[in-house]
Amino acid sequence: MSTATRTLGSPVERIEGREKVAGEAVYAAEHDPERVVHAVIVQAAIAKGSVASVDAGEALRLPGVLGVLCAENAPELPGGEGELAVLQSPGVAYRGQIVAAAIADTLETARHAAQLVRVTYETAAHDVELHAGHPRLYKPDKVNPNFSTDTEEGDVDAALGAAEVTVDEIYTTPAQHNNPMEPHATVAVWEDGDLRLYDSTQGAWNAAQAIAKVFALDPGRVRVISQHVGGGFGSKGTPRPHAVLAAMCARYVGRPVKLAVTRRQMFTLTGYRTPTIQRIRLGADAGARLQAIAHDVIEQTSTVQEFAEQTAVVTRMLYAAPNRRTTHRLVALDLPTPSWMRAPGECPGMFALESALDELAIACGIDPVELRLRNEPEIDPESGNPFSTRNLVACLRDGAARFGWTDRPGVRSRRDGRWMVGMGVASSTYPARRAAATAHATAAGDGTYVFRISAADIGTGARTVLTQIAADALEVPLDRVRVEIGDSDAGQAMLAGGSMGTSSWGAAIIEACAGLRAGEPEVHVDTAESAREAVPFARHAFGAQFVEVRVDADTGEVRIPRALGMFACGRILNPLTARSQFLGGMTMGISMALFEETILDPVAGAYMNSDLAMYHVPTNADIGEIDVGWVAEEDTTVNPMGAKGIGEIGIVGTAAAVANAVYNATGVRVRDLPITPAKLVGRL
Amino acid sequence: MRPFRYERVGDDLGAVTAIAATPGARFLGGGTNLVDLMRLGVETPPVLIDVTRLPHDRIDELDDGGLRIGAGVRNSDLAADPRVRAHYRALAEALLAGASGQLRNQATTAGNLLQRTRCAYFQDVSQPCNKRTPGSGCPARQGEHRNLAVLGHSEHCVATHPSDMAVALAAFDAVVRVVGPVGGREIPLRDFHRLPQDAPERDTVLGPDELIVAVDLPLLPVAARSRYRKVRERASFAFALVSVAAALDVVDGEVRDVRIAFGGLAHKPWRAHAAEAVLRGAAANVATFTDAAEAELSAARPLRDNAYKVDLARNVLVRTLEELAA
Repeated sequence: MSTATRTLGSPVERIEGREKVAGEAVYAAEHDPERVVHAVIVQAAIAKGSVASVDAGEALRLPGVLGVLCAENAPELPGGEGELAVLQSPGVAYRGQIVAAAIADTLETARHAAQLVRVTYETAAHDVELHAGHPRLYKPDKVNPNFSTDTEEGDVDAALGAAEVTVDEIYTTPAQHNNPMEPHATVAVWEDGDLRLYDSTQGAWNAAQAIAKVFALDPGRVRVISQHVGGGFGSKGTPRPHAVLAAMCARYVGRPVKLAVTRRQMFTLTGYRTPTIQRIRLGADAGARLQAIAHDVIEQTSTVQEFAEQTAVVTRMLYAAPNRRTTHRLVALDLPTPSWMRAPGECPGMFALESALDELAIACGIDPVELRLRNEPEIDPESGNPFSTRNLVACLRDGAARFGWTDRPGVRSRRDGRWMVGMGVASSTYPARRAAATAHATAAGDGTYVFRISAADIGTGARTVLTQIAADALEVPLDRVRVEIGDSDAGQAMLAGGSMGTSSWGAAIIEACAGLRAGEPEVHVDTAESAREAVPFARHAFGAQFVEVRVDADTGEVRIPRALGMFACGRILNPLTARSQFLGGMTMGISMALFEETILDPVAGAYMNSDLAMYHVPTNADIGEIDVGWVAEEDTTVNPMGAKGIGEIGIVGTAAAVANAVYNATGVRVRDLPITPAKLVGRL
Repeated sequence: MRPFRYERVGDDLGAVTAIAATPGARFLGGGTNLVDLMRLGVETPPVLIDVTRLPHDRIDELDDGGLRIGAGVRNSDLAADPRVRAHYRALAEALLAGASGQLRNQATTAGNLLQRTRCAYFQDVSQPCNKRTPGSGCPARQGEHRNLAVLGHSEHCVATHPSDMAVALAAFDAVVRVVGPVGGREIPLRDFHRLPQDAPERDTVLGPDELIVAVDLPLLPVAARSRYRKVRERASFAFALVSVAAALDVVDGEVRDVRIAFGGLAHKPWRAHAAEAVLRGAAANVATFTDAAEAELSAARPLRDNAYKVDLARNVLVRTLEELAA
């Protein structure tokens, strides 16, 4: 073995990078099967009620129109549930819900036809506003994916009463919509009763299973192909209603159908992050040691299906406090069902918790880094299990040194012309897990190897890293290995979500490599057994984020010249693609802090700013210097690579670090994201 | 998107004749706003008349020392013009503060003036909007209006005009030159855009068969010392929360000449005559600047969620004047 062949840990460029920049990588909507036609969605114009009539006459008279599908003529979906029960009843559960689709030989005609479909409604009173006193708040049985809704240990109220220093504040985060570069799209093809979908998805196998269930098909008869995906951030984690609709339309007209969701439709059809109202109570002793933490969350779901985000779960394990309580309450509103958005739960939860920690540090008169060091738990407070690895302290210490934290000004004490300057810090954490996956591997006999696994590369670099893992395990050069992903026919595999993709797929690849090295020409592995966590460790990734902000004293405009994220995420398998994951997460966190908010009109029951002109994400001009670092760590209890997932931790804590820096710069605490000029201008 | 015809015309008369021939026809310049609105179903013109080949793509010097900006001059070219940069600096800054490089390469001078409000209700055909469908109502007044008007709005409409360029033009006494079927006329830019009153469907005083051919900038020495300051959440590629175009000439500590216009506050670029009146001949200091801002903004009638704009406008005007006086 020569060391030159060990590519794991090397900054290997994306294998498909050239294909992508040359425009040769084929994305879902770019598939053009023979005789393909186009479908365009018609959305409900009321927030609640039912469709009284659909008049498709004018639409159907347009030359080129092949059909208009609505609840009246839609095929029955035997297994359609929740958001995937598309057109199965005339009921309207939220504004923007699919009420019809126009199918035509060109996209332009289909679009025109969709505009000509006349829908009348029976309107019912709607309820779309989340507020803390909502009479229909309820306690869900579980929160995602399977956590206890509430937890309580010790006597929180007594501990708060006895504490030397307390913080008791409400933090709120708005609805936010995932906006991957590539809008969702599906091309559906029926052949002899088998369904093939070219879909933009984070998990081809999961998508095939879900679609098969909707149509009551044998899972082997549905194939989902998804070679390249232009971002997902959770919104492509499971099939969205349009994928089902595409298959329905294709069956209806007897031809392949392409259905591309528009950017504007994404604001109702492809999921979003629930708004949250979070009360945090902290009690500390004279030494700034936490005695009590309470985190009570109110958030929303829909009347279509329950989505119970695990917002306070992170508070159960992050800091040592003998008395802890967390609760989650939901209200089902007449709005689309919330869904996954990068670090669901941890991300909004940590905005609240880490803002509150900053407030506690100020109340205690100690440095916020020091406060976190003093409250570092020795074991997982929740389970009592040891941490497999936990290097939050190293991230805080190394990050503080690298960032120049000792130069942090006092509150509202540094000016640079009209700019008020400040610094903030927050912790990051995200679970480090893996799940079962199957993989096939074949040795061609000429020294090359082919792997097939239903993994997804949603822009993360997963295809490249899996190739590195295989080449490394086989001790062969990268170009001897081809890893084929994005096809449900490869069998069961974890989707690209929960920061579990590479962790789960890589373990399967390594097991397959063991077979190949033992001389088998063809190997099929299933990690269902090995993925079970034998030793009960608490497994989490950690990080610390440092942010400098400048706030315009006249206008409250907030700009971020520099930020640092220090992470402890096990072994970094590819520093190039890993850096991009952290950097992208932090950028999205800055976006959450300063820009992202989907604004609801309660009268119409509609999200109003449904395009990228009004729903702001950062431009290059908004992102200054982002420094990313990591501490040496390897954790083979998570997977044989010793790696932890890195897709989500970058966004966790960022918004709190920004809010804390804004407080340091201005003396104004904003507990309600995003931090906009409107919230600052009168208070500076 | 509904089918439409596309016509190309070779001269002004052809353009105005073509547009008069078909009710609802629209001139096509850069199309950066119009085509979006067609996709949304807000605009459904039966015919688009492409005027980009008309000979209005030059910036010429006028005999009196001013500039004549052709209606088809692209925003990028106008911003880069050395005469604009030297003598009407706030105009160049305003243009560069707008949209993105790609859009500025496409957008024209006349099209920029005629762009429609970005009020979310106007753009959503499933909702009422008096500007889009007269008489249907204005949900923005009770609904989402954080970035809508605080000055000059009516019970029928609280929209703002989105242009940056037009704010600087309003400050600099620009004149819009138009031609119609029976000849041409000149409209001062400050009168070109309307307040909504009871007819918010009309953004401007331009007739349905009139074509903008040029915008004239008069010789205006004060404009050489000018600034455009745009306040926005995002550092780039966002419409203004508030903007100000200001030009200031101070001699011996006294304001000799001044021009001020606000963007983001009203249905039209808001020329701040009251503020200018306070400043002319007054001492150039923060107290006077603040008085001037208050004089203009005392007329503000903020809605439930946009009172912050009044603070923003005051602060940004005072700061901009301070910088110009320094």
